[in-house]
Amino acid sequence: MQKIGVFVCWCGSNIAATVDVKAVAEAMKNEDGVVVSTDYQYMCSAAGQKMIQDAIHEHQLDGIVVCSCSPRMHEATFRKTAEAAGLNPYMVEIANIREQCSWIHKDIPEGTEKAIILARSAIAKLRHNMPLQAGTSAVKKRCLVIGGGIAGIQTALDVADAGFEVDIVEKRPTIGGRMAQLDKTFPTLDCSACILTPKMVEASQSEKINIISYAEVEKVSGFVGNFTATIRKKARYVDEVKCTGCGLCMAKCPAKKGKNEFNMELDNRPAIYIPFAQAIPNVAVIDPEQCNKLKNGKCGLCERVCTAGAINYKQEDELIEREYGAIVVATGFQPMDVNPLNELGYAENADVVTSLELERLMNAAGPSKGTLLRPSDGKHPHTIVFVQCVGSRCDENTKRGKPYCSKICCMYTAKHAMLIREKYPDTDVHVFYIDVRTPGKNFDEFYRRAVEQYGVDYIKGQVGKIANENGKLMVQGSDLINGEQITIAADLVVLATAIEPDPTARSIGTMLTSSMDTNDFFTEAHPKLRPVESPTAGIFLSGVAQGPKDIPETVAQAGAAASKVIGLLAKDHLVTNPCVAGSNELLCNGCSQCEKVCPYGAITYIDKEVRGPGVREVRRVAQVNPAVCQGCGACTVTCPSGAMDLKGFSNQQIMAEVDAICL
Amino acid sequence: MIANELKKRALELLADGTVKRVLGWQKGEFEHDWSPALFETAEEMKGFVYGKYAGANLSKYCLKLNKEEGKTLVMLKPCDTYSFNQLLHEHRLNRENFYIIGVGCKGMEDQNGLLMKCTCCKGKVFELSDEVIDDEESRQPMPEVDRFEQVAKLEQMTHQERFEFWRNELSRCIRCNACRNVCPACTCVKCVFDNPGSGIASKANVTDFEENMFHIIRAYHVAGRCTDCGECSRVCPQNIPLHLLNRKFIKDMNELYGEYQAGEGAEERTPMTSYTLEDVEPGIVHERGNE
Repeated sequence: MQKIGVFVCWCGSNIAATVDVKAVAEAMKNEDGVVVSTDYQYMCSAAGQKMIQDAIHEHQLDGIVVCSCSPRMHEATFRKTAEAAGLNPYMVEIANIREQCSWIHKDIPEGTEKAIILARSAIAKLRHNMPLQAGTSAVKKRCLVIGGGIAGIQTALDVADAGFEVDIVEKRPTIGGRMAQLDKTFPTLDCSACILTPKMVEASQSEKINIISYAEVEKVSGFVGNFTATIRKKARYVDEVKCTGCGLCMAKCPAKKGKNEFNMELDNRPAIYIPFAQAIPNVAVIDPEQCNKLKNGKCGLCERVCTAGAINYKQEDELIEREYGAIVVATGFQPMDVNPLNELGYAENADVVTSLELERLMNAAGPSKGTLLRPSDGKHPHTIVFVQCVGSRCDENTKRGKPYCSKICCMYTAKHAMLIREKYPDTDVHVFYIDVRTPGKNFDEFYRRAVEQYGVDYIKGQVGKIANENGKLMVQGSDLINGEQITIAADLVVLATAIEPDPTARSIGTMLTSSMDTNDFFTEAHPKLRPVESPTAGIFLSGVAQGPKDIPETVAQAGAAASKVIGLLAKDHLVTNPCVAGSNELLCNGCSQCEKVCPYGAITYIDKEVRGPGVREVRRVAQVNPAVCQGCGACTVTCPSGAMDLKGFSNQQIMAEVDAICL
Repeated sequence: MIANELKKRALELLADGTVKRVLGWQKGEFEHDWSPALFETAEEMKGFVYGKYAGANLSKYCLKLNKEEGKTLVMLKPCDTYSFNQLLHEHRLNRENFYIIGVGCKGMEDQNGLLMKCTCCKGKVFELSDEVIDDEESRQPMPEVDRFEQVAKLEQMTHQERFEFWRNELSRCIRCNACRNVCPACTCVKCVFDNPGSGIASKANVTDFEENMFHIIRAYHVAGRCTDCGECSRVCPQNIPLHLLNRKFIKDMNELYGEYQAGEGAEERTPMTSYTLEDVEPGIVHERGNE
């Protein structure tokens, strides 16, 4: 008979307020095999852990059940506690009576009853537990960063600085991301390009960093320390090594109707182009949709003018396969599409622009060379209205936008307003806002400067309609403080558009089996305590891919992600999870279904002589490579014969848990 | 006549040593009940029959013969070739152990007329064969019907009505295991219901409801592999429409993951065991369940 100890945690009042912990501990005393059952305020504290260790020694326990928080929180803690007291760490079971019980119940008898059932189920499982031994696996000392914006660049620089190889995979022809498109940055108003481009150069010159631009990650397999990624490097029809970035091809290209993505499509670019002057790599790319040579074979001018002989119309996509120990997701954001918000008239009026478009209109390298001219007629706007929270903080049921606050809009709108008033004092600037949110170092001071020093007119209220009347944009909104409806005749309207995750994030999340929230932002392993790690081991989060944030926060998080990557890559070996699958050869019928569902390629089939009672024949049977298996359990539920089983979560253990709850 | 030609060809192949035995049909206890049979000599071949009562799908019987020395001649009607092909996909059979004659079929019958499975014929294409013996009449397509009509009716019912429908149908089950034993997708070395170690058999026998679960678990186990050959319903002595359970799964898979016919062509896609980025989110499956 096993000797089992049960330890019920109060978690302060987190559990004790809705679960009668003493009653739970008392009830467990009657369970078969339980020799000690007790409760304590904070079981994870040093005193609580010592209590468990003392009980293990005193009662010679074979296994313990800790009734506490989610195993994701403290299973590792209690396993270490048990191990230190000489108990195999896999003889520890956690009954989650917090997240799945006390937090969701209000009624004490109800919560207590459920806690008792959950504890009983954990005991039922523990009775079938076997001691397990962990193995080790080698760590590939290379990091993959997906996304080459400021987040990806900073993470790559920090990881490279620690001496590890880094590949940045960027889907656009250049790194730099959204930050490269910005004019000035709040709250210091330094020029975005002046602080970003040196970092881009540093990344390109680092011996440890390899920039794979105009490329997308196509497939990822493996697990922490041992990922294999397939990267598709799209054909740019220009030899990256030969091209000097002289720009002669751009000047000569006759097809100049390509929408300039870098300038938010406010002007055009040739079919062969370098996105912007400071692009890295400083190599041209041909847009196959625009290029006459690629479309119908009629042109070839760029090939003739290129003195480096870099043009190659026959270039094809290249597949690169590499192994990585860690993967960083830095996929960034895009502004939400505001076309569906009809009342704001974005689709009909050229002079209703998004904030990112305004960045380009004000940028010295933008379509108007930094002079603020309105897109419709190139005239200087005298009255400008900013509308905040466009698509942010929306009621989810209205499907008009995002439920979250995009976080950066209040500050960049204050920046825009201030810069315009500074440069064009004859301009009236009005800002419609719901709330002005300025938590951040020197942020509120910055906003107040816009109001107090620069005389920007902040109007609390939302805009109901923007209509074009004889070339004037009539902005109708409410002024909540004065309690009246107002209309402002504006020359230019700027929408502080919500930001949303880059559309590639969803497929990358699926590829990495990395969980995402309902808005397609990547989820953290713990929202407070592990903010830069994904719940999937070996996947780290950097920048807006994880949630809206500004540049300083992004850089800080990028550095934090890098330090986690360095911590992982610095290890030569990782302790593997001993909860791996194994096949009972006598039951295996060789159907290969487990092999098909295994996401890690851990299962192979061999012809093998199988021996058992009344059986001695060669059969095709499944074999699991325990070093590759991650214990996901997909094979065990696929196997119709029940031949495949998972250590630590065997069919028998799970059925025992279910029986303890249902019977 | 197809039957005579089949017999002639089988005798030839036995005589020249191409095959060691012939898997075909012989007359059974009733006029309308012809049984699968194995013939090893010309003498035994005298009992061979083929005709409108040869409904039995011989694919499942190949499992055991796969281990025998020498080739087996197996006769497969067009729809039977899907089952055989599926077994090849699952590595349960070696192609080189069999000589396959594709047999023309005009629709099979029992005492009540056309078999259920023949009312929604899979067509006259042989997924694989070494040679085909048929005639003009057997190549004519059968009338097209919507095989999911009954499933759609079940889907229209309320939860309670559907539950009662199945409780009533399954209440007649005598657990003879005929459906399982004839099913070409049920190929486990040891069925979980026969394995005391799985802990399922004992549970399934505790109450009559748990016994009903046998059929539901079986439908889950063959989901994505069932070719809809209809043998389960054909052999059921209690006339339980077991094929409707499998067909519901097939309908759902077609709707969620695109049209799929198990046992068709080379194995390129298996909706239940392959994963693509385009697969529907689990939430959609869940929402449909609540309809």
